Amino acid sequence: MVLQMFWDKKIETLKPVELRELQFKRLKKTFNQVQNVPFYRNLLAEAGIKKTSIKTLEDIRKIPFTKKQDLRDGYPFGFFAVPLRDIVRIHTTSGTTGKPTVVGYTRNDLDTWSDLIARNMTMVGITKDDIFQNMVNYGMFTGGLGFHYGAEKIGMTVIPSATGNTKRQIDMINDFGVTTIHCTPSYAMHLSEVAEEMGTGLDSLKTGLFGAEPWSESTRKTLEERLGVTAYDSYGMSELFGPGVAFECQERDGLHIWHDSYLVEIIDPRTGETVADGERGELVVTPLVKEAMPLLRYRTGDVTMLMEDGCLCKRGKKIARLTGRSDDMLVIRGINVFPSQIEHVLLKIPEVGNQFMVYIDRINHLDEMTVDVEINREFFSGELEDLARLQKKVVKELRDALELRTTVKLVEPGSLPRFEGKAKRVIDRREAI
Amino acid sequence: MDTKKFVIKQISVFSENRPGRLAAIAHALGEEKVNILAFSIAEANGFGVVRALVDHPQKAHDKLQSMGFNIAFTDVIAVKMKDQPGGLYEVAKILGDAGINIEYSYAYSGKEGAVLILRVDQVEDAIKKIQKSGATLIERSVFH
Repeated sequence: MVLQMFWDKKIETLKPVELRELQFKRLKKTFNQVQNVPFYRNLLAEAGIKKTSIKTLEDIRKIPFTKKQDLRDGYPFGFFAVPLRDIVRIHTTSGTTGKPTVVGYTRNDLDTWSDLIARNMTMVGITKDDIFQNMVNYGMFTGGLGFHYGAEKIGMTVIPSATGNTKRQIDMINDFGVTTIHCTPSYAMHLSEVAEEMGTGLDSLKTGLFGAEPWSESTRKTLEERLGVTAYDSYGMSELFGPGVAFECQERDGLHIWHDSYLVEIIDPRTGETVADGERGELVVTPLVKEAMPLLRYRTGDVTMLMEDGCLCKRGKKIARLTGRSDDMLVIRGINVFPSQIEHVLLKIPEVGNQFMVYIDRINHLDEMTVDVEINREFFSGELEDLARLQKKVVKELRDALELRTTVKLVEPGSLPRFEGKAKRVIDRREAI
Repeated sequence: MDTKKFVIKQISVFSENRPGRLAAIAHALGEEKVNILAFSIAEANGFGVVRALVDHPQKAHDKLQSMGFNIAFTDVIAVKMKDQPGGLYEVAKILGDAGINIEYSYAYSGKEGAVLILRVDQVEDAIKKIQKSGATLIERSVFH
């Protein structure tokens, strides 16, 4: 039996009645906060919803959903509910039509967010005695700074190693006696293989926190054996602060989503109706603690379910591990990619056609994306050099838009499949991780 | 000086690097009774360009285009070589001494002797320099 540890025991183990009270209080506050956002003023006015319309938590179902497209339409600061001078940080997530989705944070938001991360890490037994190597992108991606500040809040020794240079990562783990790592599960697999090639163990490691892409129980087993860690699943998204929204406890059977901070609904993505506990549907979240960018009924696109059984750790209701999407979003090396982003990039390059095919493979545990694109007849000069330059240009434009290295294959015009009705432009050849 | 008569139309065809593409091009030209005098394949990362000197470039162009191929004309020039050891050196030295930069080149040896086909960046300038250097350029009318 493991010793139960809590960062904020009172809040984490609130009784259902008290939790509902707190949720309702915070919902009303959030409802007030969204009045500062023109999008929500219009949305609520059109739906005929006033402050007095929300009398119980269930009344939230009267409010229309907010979709990712709405956030894109608000680019850049349309969803900020506070003046820009009160925003202390901006992150972005990849958009689908060239412009990213912008998220903002007040000082309180950063504090609240790092507190949630601290909860998660404490929940799995990590303390200030641990040494933490954060092997994810530090930058516009929320995973880097999000975990960084959460870990510092606990008082861990933090190594902001970010991504790349696997051999150096391994040296640091060994030289600094790192006990805890955070990265994508596929990078963890890669790390274990490079360590093996180097003929070194990673003996100091105890805990692995893995997120940003879906992964299986068999990968958990493999990672635990190869790295000598206990592996935990982490879930979040930039629109809901970032990582830290939900996390596995030591039972590792579903993820605790923090109900005091996120009001959870699971809906049938086709009808928008709520489904019963134990039934799969799309996760819809109303964050209850966000100042800079409050949202109502945000459709995450992630498919999960609320689990019926309680948990031995006494925290709230869990959601099942996330396995799929209700839309066509792809997760490639932990980065979210929508096929429409690729289309948008190609539209801006007249030398290539608008038809494309995407192939995704996993080579040495790392995702590789290949984009086949037709060259445009009118732009063919007959020179090989021009084609090579064009190929490089497409690679660069895709990298700029997706923050992802891709392989681009130029193909003959008319050779790619044309679709009537729903296009199947993505062939995902990866086996589940 | 009329340099135009020395400018020869090469056809350049974009081709994916996969089996059967050259056969498809060659078969189409055969059907159109287009004779290939010389050709080469340049390949890059996953694709290539088939370059050919043919007796009826326009006919070849129209046929391949109608089949969906990406095809363009490229201006090249042809220099006569002696079909004997040292023949290429003789011409290459003349070109080098004349300061002519070759983008790419290929050669064939036919009934009338050996021919070096050149793609240069400044065609007219190259023609003048080659003529001055003493090498022999072959007129377009010999090919098509």
